[in-house]
Amino acid sequence: MEAMQIDSALTGEVGDGSEDQVLTFTLADEEYGVDILRVQEIKGWDSVTGIPNTPDYIRGVINLRGTIVPVIDMRLRFGLPPLEYGPLTVVIVLRVESGSRTRIMGIVVDAVSDVYNLPEDRIRPAPDFGGAVESEFITGLAGVEDKMVIVLDVDRLLNSRELAVMDSLGE
Amino acid sequence: MSIDLSQFLETFYEESFEGLETMEQELLNLESGNHDPETINSIFRAAHSIKGGSGTFGLDSVAEYTHVLETLLDEMRDGRRAVTPEIIAPLLESVDVLRDMLTALRAGEEPDPAPVAASRQKLEAVLGAAGGGDAASAATEATPGAPAAGWQIRFRPHPHLLQTGNDPVRMFRELAELGDLEVEVDTDALPALANLAPEDCYLGWTLTLRGDVAREAVDEVFDWVEGDCDLTITPLDSAPPETPSAPAETAAATPSPAAKADAPAASAPAKKPTRPAEASSIRVAIDKIDELINMMGELVITQSMLSQLGEAEQFGPEHIERLRDGLAQLERNTRELQENVMRIRMLPISFAFQRFPRLVHDLGAKLGKQVELQLSGEQTELDKTVMEKIGDPLVHLVRNSLDHGIETPEQRRAAGKPETGIIHLNAFHEGGNIVIEIRDDGAGLNRDRILAKAIENGLVGPDEHLSDEQIHDLIFAPGFSTAEVVSDVSGRGVGMDVVRKNIRALGGTVEVHSEPGQGSTFTIRLPLTLAILDGQSVRVGKEIYIVPLIAIIESLQVDPEAVKSVTGAAQVYCLRDEYIPIVHLAEVFGVQAEARRLEDGLLVVVEGEGSKIALFVDDLLGQQQVVIKSLETNFRKVDGISGATILGDGTVALILDITGLIGLSRTRATGSDATRAA
Repeated sequence: MEAMQIDSALTGEVGDGSEDQVLTFTLADEEYGVDILRVQEIKGWDSVTGIPNTPDYIRGVINLRGTIVPVIDMRLRFGLPPLEYGPLTVVIVLRVESGSRTRIMGIVVDAVSDVYNLPEDRIRPAPDFGGAVESEFITGLAGVEDKMVIVLDVDRLLNSRELAVMDSLGE
Repeated sequence: MSIDLSQFLETFYEESFEGLETMEQELLNLESGNHDPETINSIFRAAHSIKGGSGTFGLDSVAEYTHVLETLLDEMRDGRRAVTPEIIAPLLESVDVLRDMLTALRAGEEPDPAPVAASRQKLEAVLGAAGGGDAASAATEATPGAPAAGWQIRFRPHPHLLQTGNDPVRMFRELAELGDLEVEVDTDALPALANLAPEDCYLGWTLTLRGDVAREAVDEVFDWVEGDCDLTITPLDSAPPETPSAPAETAAATPSPAAKADAPAASAPAKKPTRPAEASSIRVAIDKIDELINMMGELVITQSMLSQLGEAEQFGPEHIERLRDGLAQLERNTRELQENVMRIRMLPISFAFQRFPRLVHDLGAKLGKQVELQLSGEQTELDKTVMEKIGDPLVHLVRNSLDHGIETPEQRRAAGKPETGIIHLNAFHEGGNIVIEIRDDGAGLNRDRILAKAIENGLVGPDEHLSDEQIHDLIFAPGFSTAEVVSDVSGRGVGMDVVRKNIRALGGTVEVHSEPGQGSTFTIRLPLTLAILDGQSVRVGKEIYIVPLIAIIESLQVDPEAVKSVTGAAQVYCLRDEYIPIVHLAEVFGVQAEARRLEDGLLVVVEGEGSKIALFVDDLLGQQQVVIKSLETNFRKVDGISGATILGDGTVALILDITGLIGLSRTRATGSDATRAA
């Protein structure tokens, strides 16, 4: 069931495999991609309100037109060295399927890069990194021109670890 | 009949439940000796509406059952039957049965037939009618005026019919309006002209009426000639036209409607839509809406005034004054609008109170206690959501007062008190809160037994000295079920700790005050609404947190003399002979505080879960009403935080959950916070 959702997320709404678009962003010279249909908006970095007793990669929450939206720093999440936030630093607001509901979450990235058409057959499965890399939320790797894009599975990424939906487990 | 009835079904259920509540109340009124005919009338009307509605919506089981009920009520209304407790008991029971039936049907289930049949038998026993006969008439009644393909009417007037002022021609015209009418005249009885008396009627008729005509409609036409003629009415298809037996109307008429009644009954379950998730609705008094429209009008005026100001070519100093006025007006409009929008969700607490007369009546009878229930402040309004959630804790507290508080008549007599105990439910507004009191004049809490039990359970050490309040508060401790304190009639499985937990979940508090021999008072304090909270903003380093005002006891500057250290690790603050643990908010939340020394900051003494802590913060900012936003919508529950709000500058501030914070500081103090992450 979950695998199917991921597939459809990647292949677009109607399985039209040839027209998949990904939005890419950079993190320390690496280029990552997310399904563009999951992107709600892109906004500049603004101050956040920290949430106590959460891992440092959860930067805090922002007010997105009246709703409280958590913001996750992708560099810290992937264990990359932190970067001071600058004018290019952006927050990509994503829609995340968490069980039966949709959550809105923001990710902080170095900069937004490009939008590519990536047909499904151009995405190669990620090789086994042998535990050095948390690979379960990587959908695959794709070569674009002479670069490599790491395509992320938004749902798995933002439902892992501390971000997991707790309420379904009861109190 | 192409109207989609399902859209009215929900309204029918809502009105029926309201009707049942009315019936219940009025029945209790009747029982207490108020035999006002209007009381019986309103019971009858409620039952009648339910019957009518359920018939319309094809809920035959309800319609049939209510018919029996209605018959009985009708007799009471007409004074043919005296109002006695023997009648009221099954009637009260029938209210419950109906409520269960409707609840089941609303949920898309078939109601359990057993209690329905049992209650119906009781009602029929009261009616003194044989069950079978009544059932048959109920079946006929359930489909009033069931249509048939048509009717064959043999009409043989007695000779004197014309002298009674009746004119067959006029009757036939009336029938012709109902459907296609064929008239055959029977001239057999016509005498020779010489013998003919001009004022007598010698003719007979055989009428064939085709069309969808109710039997009742046909009967109505012949209403006035009954007894002045021989009349046979038979359905067109089922019976031979020439049935000679004159008064056999009912017998002949029955089969067809009964057959018809079966058909819709069979098709009804298939049609029944499966109900989607319950969409709750609210009834709003029209004056509240009118008020809102008024406010909206004022807001529009303010807006146009401000926009005029903005369009001015030159913005001079004379405009500033008007701008200020306009903004002040806008602020007032906004506040009033907000208050009034909130009021839409407000309902008088009588909605929650009205189930208690019945509950007290039933339980009092069961326990052999004489209790009078007094209600006051029923018009006090509170939020619908709060009301729904406060119902169960209230029931528990009232049951508790009745069960454990009020003594038996003998005990009361021995104690020199009137035999009838009093339970008083009171509600009033106090600040931004609603206060609900449950007061009884019973025996009061048994301080010694509670203490003994608490020591036995290990809740309290044997040498601890507790104040009366602290001992009374023990009944809310988990694992200290009241059933163990005093004998209980039934193992309800709900303790007072659950009551307190539920009330706390609503952001409220519950306290008990008791005087031995005089009775106990439970006081519940609740916020008026769950959407808005009165908060105190506090600053810790760069962070701003909101402390619910209801939790704050006082805020004070630190007197270094009063700070005591316990084993070098923990600090307590001595405030009026009470030692209150100091909790550094910055430490608990892992943020940078500005003030290093206690003297540089402030202590906010807060209370939750019956215990107090002193929160150490850098500064107190303002008090304000904040709109509560959930963190869980897009994130998850965070310990010590009950939610978030958006401040005037658009940034987010977290709202502290005092109870959670106390727990958090305790686990921190024991150093076990690493293990409780899951």
